[in-house]
Amino acid sequence: MSDQGMPVLSMRGMVKTFGSVVALSDGTIDLYAGEAHAFLGENGAGKSTMVKIMSGVHQPDAGQFMLDGHPAHFGGPHDSQAAGIAVIYQEPTLFDDLTVAENIFLGRQPLSRGRRINRREMNRRVREIFSQLGVDIEPSRLARGLSVADQQMVEIAKSLSREARIMVMDEPTAALSRSEVERLFAVVNTLRQRGVAVLFISHRLEEVFELCQRVTIMRDGAFVTTKPIEETSVDEIVRSMVGRDLSALYPKSEYEPGREVLTVERLTREGVFTDVSFTVRAGEIVALAGLVGSGRSEIARAIFGIDRYDAGRVLLNGQPLKGGSPTRAMEAGIAFVPEDRRQQGLVMDSAIDHNVALASMKRLRRGLFLHRAAESRLARDWATKVQLKFSRLSDAVNTLSGGNQQKVVLAKWLASDPHLIIVDEPTRGIDVGTKSEVHRMIDELAGRGMGVLMISSEMPEVLGMADRILVIREGRLSAELPRAQADETAIMRAATGQGVAR
Amino acid sequence: MADLTGTPLVRERTGVRPTWRLLVRWESALVVLLLASVLYGVTSTPGFLSQNTVFFAGLNFGLIAIMALPEMFIILTGEIDLSVATMLGLASSAFGYMYEHHVEFFVAVLITLAVGALGGALNGFLVTYAGLPSIAVTIGTLTMFRGLAEVILGTNEVTNFAGPWTNIGTNPVPGTPLSYSTLIFLLLAALYGVVLHFTSTGRSIYAVGLQQEAAFFSGVRVKRLKFLLYVSSGVVCAFTGLLYTYQTNSARYDAGLGLELNVVAIVLFGGVSIFGGRGTLPGVLLSVFAVGIFDQVLTIKNVSAQEQSIVFGLLLLASVLLPNVARWTRALRDRRHRRLTSVIPG
Repeated sequence: MSDQGMPVLSMRGMVKTFGSVVALSDGTIDLYAGEAHAFLGENGAGKSTMVKIMSGVHQPDAGQFMLDGHPAHFGGPHDSQAAGIAVIYQEPTLFDDLTVAENIFLGRQPLSRGRRINRREMNRRVREIFSQLGVDIEPSRLARGLSVADQQMVEIAKSLSREARIMVMDEPTAALSRSEVERLFAVVNTLRQRGVAVLFISHRLEEVFELCQRVTIMRDGAFVTTKPIEETSVDEIVRSMVGRDLSALYPKSEYEPGREVLTVERLTREGVFTDVSFTVRAGEIVALAGLVGSGRSEIARAIFGIDRYDAGRVLLNGQPLKGGSPTRAMEAGIAFVPEDRRQQGLVMDSAIDHNVALASMKRLRRGLFLHRAAESRLARDWATKVQLKFSRLSDAVNTLSGGNQQKVVLAKWLASDPHLIIVDEPTRGIDVGTKSEVHRMIDELAGRGMGVLMISSEMPEVLGMADRILVIREGRLSAELPRAQADETAIMRAATGQGVAR
Repeated sequence: MADLTGTPLVRERTGVRPTWRLLVRWESALVVLLLASVLYGVTSTPGFLSQNTVFFAGLNFGLIAIMALPEMFIILTGEIDLSVATMLGLASSAFGYMYEHHVEFFVAVLITLAVGALGGALNGFLVTYAGLPSIAVTIGTLTMFRGLAEVILGTNEVTNFAGPWTNIGTNPVPGTPLSYSTLIFLLLAALYGVVLHFTSTGRSIYAVGLQQEAAFFSGVRVKRLKFLLYVSSGVVCAFTGLLYTYQTNSARYDAGLGLELNVVAIVLFGGVSIFGGRGTLPGVLLSVFAVGIFDQVLTIKNVSAQEQSIVFGLLLLASVLLPNVARWTRALRDRRHRRLTSVIPG
């Protein structure tokens, strides 16, 4: 790697923890001027954390971070920008009511006499940048109504006008059409010729092979390997991304699945998911796998009635369930542990017992009144069953650790005595110890005849827990894998569209 | 520059001990204000606790206090209703109009309450199902209700009501020193307190105010709850309009002009957070008593109306400021503590 001289950006052994969660244990990457460098890993592998350190959003706890061979220390995003690093997000946020040129020069507009903004000069400079990039966008038009691809171009032009030397592109192609992707790649090649280092994050491996010269792979917060692209293959990359020993962490027991608890028939929500059909039986754990943004959570939300759907139907225990109301879904016997625990799962400022009781209030009524003694009993009972660590049931849940908060969410839903429990990223952001407790709980629920629909971005969790795996890709069911046939490569392939397993 | 590898030693805060928390609660400040007002009144004015004072202190203030109850529930869910006092005016005008046109008493009362329910439903519909911000919606209906009242009654005043209820503005409830408005407030306050603190509806109100999304995800029918709170607010305010009409023996389109601010102020003064989710019925009850009696003391002491509103405004500001000051000092202390410890190598 030293044959290219000194890297413009070099990170070695970066560590970042959030509370007890280790997001990054060994973040390592070298970026050279003029290369397009693919940065790959599963969801949660630590890519985003690395990007956030580069962009100055997070400060690392440890590790070596060098720019042009000098130690770098960013106090915030401003320092990162000043050092020539720019991040282009999947969906840039431009100011709709400003012109393209104003967006690009926001806060640094060229001035003429009397400190008035020199529009003509500003538009001229933007036009110049666009022509270098080979992009045709009118600088004086409003940003409102620009396509996502054009918005990205505006962002790229903005970073060029700031003389960025390192551009991080975080899944830029996810929302682009094929021709837009081609234009983006042409622009990236222009940038490379100008000596810009491009860090390219994508889940589409064919694009990586098309665009990049080198690839760095991360897994579980740690560096796995860096290789020149011609010395590797799709298979090797997928294996490096997911390959790890499936430990005995997953207490999977074998149960005989019973009758169908949940039946989803041709469920469609325009532009989000299309024609999704599947069943979950009593005692069965079914996982929805796929990339973040593939529509998994949206399917779950539609089943639970948070979002409406346009076509198809949902049956619970054979009875059609009218959509659009969580209250109805709950009455039918569905429980939903949402992805965003702090916003959707819990009333954070409210007490533990009130949170546990929130989904069971109908059963806690005695006449017109809430039966407080029964409420405490219920809360204490379930807090014990889920082995919650707490000091008082009247403490607010925001005093608990992430793992214990998740146990409160589980306790809340288990107390409501459901037939089907949907868990969306049940172990996100919780420590390893609590994680396996949650896994054991989910396994026990299935053992007691509950149907479990699990959404997870963590491969080991999916493979370790599920009886059947449904892979969702771009809103459609792309593969259904029984436990025996499922492995990480097959799932990743189906999720990224690299030859669907048939 | 600080050592990057050093982990800052931040002492974990375990929170204030319960006894202290009780002392720094806003409700405690209200108790102090209440006692001080009574003490000052008693020592400076002979016969301060006479039946007369109690009656007059509660007569008009009781109307504001009644409207503060549904307002409190709405603010607890994180919304607001600024149309309460104009609903009082609209109800008064509607009733006056019907009285003039010899509509049967009970029919007129029922129609008046129905007007309240309709007005509340309009607010509720716009806030929940149309998803508009409640402050804008109820400023709109505030103006609209007053306009409607003027359309109904014009600028003339209906007076000389007949019937058994015409003396409620001068006579207390038999056997008590209390005005009807005060007694009705106390009964309603008990009802609201029970609903808030002893039923699942109350639980839902707090959950919605603290974290609407989580409440919705847990099966609370957020929209329906808010809608019903607005409807009940309309009904209660229309009822207050009837009380007002009989108490003053007059129905006018501008009845209760500007009272909405007093209503909201009483609720906030009682320690209810304008952002929702925090506050108790005893707090609002204390606020009503403290402000009502304080008001009476100032009136007896011949403090002018302007000065009274300045004093009350300052108190309201203090009520919003004080809990925050406590938080700011805590945050400041924590930050200083962190800065001191972060330079010690971990």
